Amino acid sequence: MFLSQHKQHTLPGFHLSLGYTIFYLSLMVLIPLSMLFIKTAALSFKEFLGIVTAPRTLAAYRLSFETSLISASINAIFGFLVAWVLARYSFPGKKIIDALVDFPFALPTAVAGIALTAIYSPHGWVGQYLAQMGIKGAFSPLGIVIALTFIGLPFVIRTLEPVLQDIDPEIEEAAACLGANRWQSFAKVIFPILLPPLLTGFTLSFARAVGEYGSVIFIAGNMPGKTEIAPLLIMTKLEQYDYSGATAIAVVMLLVSFLILGISNFLQWLTAKRIGMN
Amino acid sequence: MAGGLPHLKIGSAVNRSSRPGHLRTEPGPVKWILIGIAFLYLGILLILPLVCILTNAFNKGIQMYWQAISEPDALSAIRLTLLTALMAVPLNMIFGIAASWAIAKFDFRGKNFLLTLIDVPLSVSPVISGLIFVLIFGAQGALGPWLIKHGIKIIFAPPAIILTTIFVTFPMVARELIPIMKAQGNDEEEAAITLGASGFKMFMLVTLPNIKWGLLYGVILCNARAMGEFGAVSVVSGHIRGLTNTLPLHIEILYNDYRFTAAFAVASLLAFLAIVTLIAKSLVESGIDREIQLTQKDNGEKSG
Repeated sequence: MFLSQHKQHTLPGFHLSLGYTIFYLSLMVLIPLSMLFIKTAALSFKEFLGIVTAPRTLAAYRLSFETSLISASINAIFGFLVAWVLARYSFPGKKIIDALVDFPFALPTAVAGIALTAIYSPHGWVGQYLAQMGIKGAFSPLGIVIALTFIGLPFVIRTLEPVLQDIDPEIEEAAACLGANRWQSFAKVIFPILLPPLLTGFTLSFARAVGEYGSVIFIAGNMPGKTEIAPLLIMTKLEQYDYSGATAIAVVMLLVSFLILGISNFLQWLTAKRIGMN
Repeated sequence: MAGGLPHLKIGSAVNRSSRPGHLRTEPGPVKWILIGIAFLYLGILLILPLVCILTNAFNKGIQMYWQAISEPDALSAIRLTLLTALMAVPLNMIFGIAASWAIAKFDFRGKNFLLTLIDVPLSVSPVISGLIFVLIFGAQGALGPWLIKHGIKIIFAPPAIILTTIFVTFPMVARELIPIMKAQGNDEEEAAITLGASGFKMFMLVTLPNIKWGLLYGVILCNARAMGEFGAVSVVSGHIRGLTNTLPLHIEILYNDYRFTAAFAVASLLAFLAIVTLIAKSLVESGIDREIQLTQKDNGEKSG
């Protein structure tokens, strides 16, 4: 308490910086975002429900959430493995691989979209082999999963890596000295520590995937009811000047993504508390 | 709420312990199988698309490539993209510095809530980010009739593209600076103020040199996203060729016109930008690591 008072008195610029922060935040983010809720409030509840439970809307939501769940799971499993490899082992090319993990963050989604479509289309590098096996890569839900896996790839790796590096070596040494084999010390000692960041990475990857637009629209095929994701449906409604429809669908998506992030924060808090108590 | 962008890995090279490793590692074959799977996964998902962009961009020769990136529509897309970044990045940089100063150096009620709000744009779908500006400035929007009456064009024009880009890249500088400023504590700034420096002088001579790497990286990341944003900008731009197309939108148009080589040529420009961003990140990280090592060595000599 003393420290905080002391801090506030010595350094200048608290009111200026906080004031500007809140002003700019309100102007650029909060006021624009509130428009979404104001516009929705203009709809009657029946109208709102009619829009968000229309078969086409429900199909889009379902597709968005299912493909996002699958791609976030793929990223959780392989991301865990990659983070482990990067944090624990040394091998040639490690620095380049480590830098490359952020590639999906840095690459514009439209660029990723056309590249993935070219690779997985029936005549593409990978798509032609999939086609021989009777699997449709691009222009199918599988294509959506591929695009979402690409854009969500860094999240799990980047949330796990620092935690893996910070684990005190003594914990594992103690486990080994007490007779645990390598698998036991992984399953009983290391994995519980890594579970909260793994869940966080999974949730972030999922939340990102649900809202993704750019990389998906090229590869999806965009057939209403089959390969039309929720963000694309918003776009379609906008192009038809159906602003209320677009807004209603958007509000549900926004609330769901806030809910997901809230659950993730709660899970992290719960796990942290449990570990702390033991 | 961690919005989920890559933070700089501060001090990762410093903390590595020099203990005997045999108690903490897997048997050789297991290790190499894991490394193999990691290579395969990243190879298919990351390297394949990169190679695909470059081969498709150059597959009709350098002349076609040059033609694609120097035609008038491409040039005007490049100009608008640069203008957008030039407006959005400095504004978000000033905000980032102000926000991180308030949040990292002071304690106040509601700080965590403020941090959550700052991260909000990262969890909003790009399409929704564009939609909210249509709801404000569009013909049916809140300010629409007034804007039409006064002949001011915002939606389907560069101002909306710039505003949307600011929204989408909003937290990017702040997120990089806050952890760095927190880690550095208040001691040096307090010393400067106690010794009579003005607030401005303290900032220029003490704070800025300390945060320069993080600031640089935040700006680079913010710029990459500002130049590459597609979904949000697509909603507000109206796709008017030569007027409201940014580079990513230009790529979409070329692609939908079946001009694949040209689309990939323009895409390769943005892929190069992405690679430069990644290289800058590695350089900035090793810059920070070097500085931490120097400080530690310095402190070691002083105490020794």
